[in-house]
Amino acid sequence: MEHKKSNENAGRRQFLTGVIAAGAATAASSVGTIAPVSAADAPARVPSALPPSAKVAAAETSTPRELARVKGIPGSDFMVDVIKSLDIKYLPSNCASSFRALHESLINYGGNTKPEFLTCMHEESAVAMAHGYFKIAGKPLLTLCHGTVGLQHATMAVYNAWCDRVPVIVVGGNDLDAAYRPPGVPTFHSAQDINAIVRDYTKWDDTPVSLQHFSQSFVRAYKIAMTPPYGPVAISLDAGLQQEPMKDHGAKPYVPRYVPTAPPQGDTGAVKEAARLLAQAQNPVIVVDRAARTAAGVGLLVQLAELLQAKVIDQGGRMNFPKTHYLSSPPTAVNGADVIIGMELSDFWAVVNSFTDNGEHGGIGTNGTRIKPDTKLISISSVELNTKANYQDFQRYQVVDVPMAADAEATLPALIEAVKSAIPNERKAAIAARGEAARKTYAENKARTRQAAALAWDASPISTARLVMETYGQIKDLDWSLVASEGNVSNWPVRLWPMEKYHHWLGRSGGYGVGYGAPASIGAALANRDLGRFSVSIQSDGDLMYAPGVLWTAAKHKIPLLAVMHNNRGYHQEVMHVQRLANFRNRPVNLGGDMGPVGTSIERPDIEYHKLAESMGWWAKGPIKDPAQLGPALKEAIAVVQSGQPALLNVWTQPR
Amino acid sequence: MLNIRWLAATSMAAVFMVSHVNTFAADAGNAVRGKTAYVKNGCWQCHGFVGQGGIAGPKLAPEPLPLAALSAFVRNSRGPMPPYMEAVLPNEELADIHAYLQSIPKAADYKSIPLLNQP
Repeated sequence: MEHKKSNENAGRRQFLTGVIAAGAATAASSVGTIAPVSAADAPARVPSALPPSAKVAAAETSTPRELARVKGIPGSDFMVDVIKSLDIKYLPSNCASSFRALHESLINYGGNTKPEFLTCMHEESAVAMAHGYFKIAGKPLLTLCHGTVGLQHATMAVYNAWCDRVPVIVVGGNDLDAAYRPPGVPTFHSAQDINAIVRDYTKWDDTPVSLQHFSQSFVRAYKIAMTPPYGPVAISLDAGLQQEPMKDHGAKPYVPRYVPTAPPQGDTGAVKEAARLLAQAQNPVIVVDRAARTAAGVGLLVQLAELLQAKVIDQGGRMNFPKTHYLSSPPTAVNGADVIIGMELSDFWAVVNSFTDNGEHGGIGTNGTRIKPDTKLISISSVELNTKANYQDFQRYQVVDVPMAADAEATLPALIEAVKSAIPNERKAAIAARGEAARKTYAENKARTRQAAALAWDASPISTARLVMETYGQIKDLDWSLVASEGNVSNWPVRLWPMEKYHHWLGRSGGYGVGYGAPASIGAALANRDLGRFSVSIQSDGDLMYAPGVLWTAAKHKIPLLAVMHNNRGYHQEVMHVQRLANFRNRPVNLGGDMGPVGTSIERPDIEYHKLAESMGWWAKGPIKDPAQLGPALKEAIAVVQSGQPALLNVWTQPR
Repeated sequence: MLNIRWLAATSMAAVFMVSHVNTFAADAGNAVRGKTAYVKNGCWQCHGFVGQGGIAGPKLAPEPLPLAALSAFVRNSRGPMPPYMEAVLPNEELADIHAYLQSIPKAADYKSIPLLNQP
């Protein structure tokens, strides 16, 4: 896109010409040194008075020193100045020619710090690493993608970040100038509009055509990504703009200063009305998904819940509410509610309705309500400010009595104050009694959950409850962080671990794109490494096999992580879908010799994940099938992780 | 909702049991064959290999429902679990599965398991 006047083509294009010319000249000169010269043609020899100095001798006999073929300050050096202004710590990327100039500037001019290049083996892994990193560090990472094929690889991870409201700065290299770009692969890997493939699930994208445009776009992209609702952004970066030197247009391009945008708060009138409804309610219930963006958000939710003595259902998009708190409640708590406030929910409909995939109504299943007809609904959600048409992750339409297009965490302080003012004195005894009842229910639920975990305790393959609790037993005295739990382990970590701190649980992928767990947990472990925390993941088999090369990235960059595998040898999310349809059609399912329906099992041969991890520099052990062997193996693995290396245990588990 | 529907279906099954109890008057299932049938018919997918249950399906063992009630539920489920008709799961196999579930010993009290008895 860089405008190229004829006399300016001495930029990038002349570089290529220069390479060819230099090669030809070198070849000619070498030929000259060895060509025979006749004695008759030779000039009379004049002896030198002095032998040549070392410098003269070197100049006459060695290869001439290479001069920079590109004059002036490279445009990509200026880009590095812009990137550094935003204090981006890491750059997980898979190398590619379309951003070679920026790559060179980052590691040489930029010294490979802030950002430090992390060698990735798949763009999906790079974006997912940035996704996991943000959920611990609260700061976005930059990733560079090859313009077409690289961005195509990255798309699922970008979609996950979009659905999970996580900022990632994606920069795709592209060679826009079709008249001058090299033929062949660089042409296949360029497009008119590379960002089109991610436009439906990024907050913003741009294609800068000058260095000044780049600096403004990059800072703008960062600012948009970091304004709630957070989300990924994309910048298409022209190869010419990166490679050519800065042009003298008079004023030097400047780097705009980044000033964070204050997140949107709920309208004062709406907050007041919500507080009135909550204060008057007989049985208010709080439902949260991504309400807490920071550790402070957890504290605010505790304040609100205790003020109202309202049960809290944490859907687990983040660690919103301590699991050890007596107001922490299961999803069924909505059943008797008269007021429900939902905060940063992606699916309010499913909170108050049910769907049963039972083949009725012509195969589409049945819907039902889970709440009383006169229940008042309040919503605070920033996602209402940022919806798109094509990918509709906002789910079914739900009528809400008090909807606020606002950020929940930013609105909570005002809501808490409004509720304090709205609670009449005569309601305070009833509210306190509600709290006492909640304490009793919480204790009963806790005992019931633990008894359920005791079932199949000694089974082999190992029960998911045992897997989870053996792991917790070994890390409980550390400053632990469960960075991912992929595959379905019946939510045992959330049900059994005393999660209290924001970093104890990071939530899931957002878009349910399988392949998130391994790279996101490594990205989060990187952030935890810098904070001195211990990272652990429950790693499922199917998830790991999408892009296992990220294991090498963790070993290469010394990212300590304990990955405990939930190896149930199948895609169990899919198993029952096929079985269900076979049953609806009243015919036995074809197992094809496996345990699950054809196409859903990962067995025969069984994958030796411990060997896979070992081959990429991890300490690993397995397969562990006997529950008695799990504790000792975990001890060994934890010692390795504490020494700064990643470790993996391949554990054969029950399906869920 | 899953639990409520399941309980409702179980109650319905109990009523159904009264009229169909003769079908399973002699519960002559074989636990060894039942374990094979349990896996072959995909019960493990939601209920685990020893009927312990999980997030996708309730526990089936120990102490399973009586065979007639289990059968009524399996044949007539309108909840999250798809119904298994006789063409898919013959009566004999269902009886064997029930025998297998009956053979699964009771779990220990969680208070006796140190990892589950932490504050």
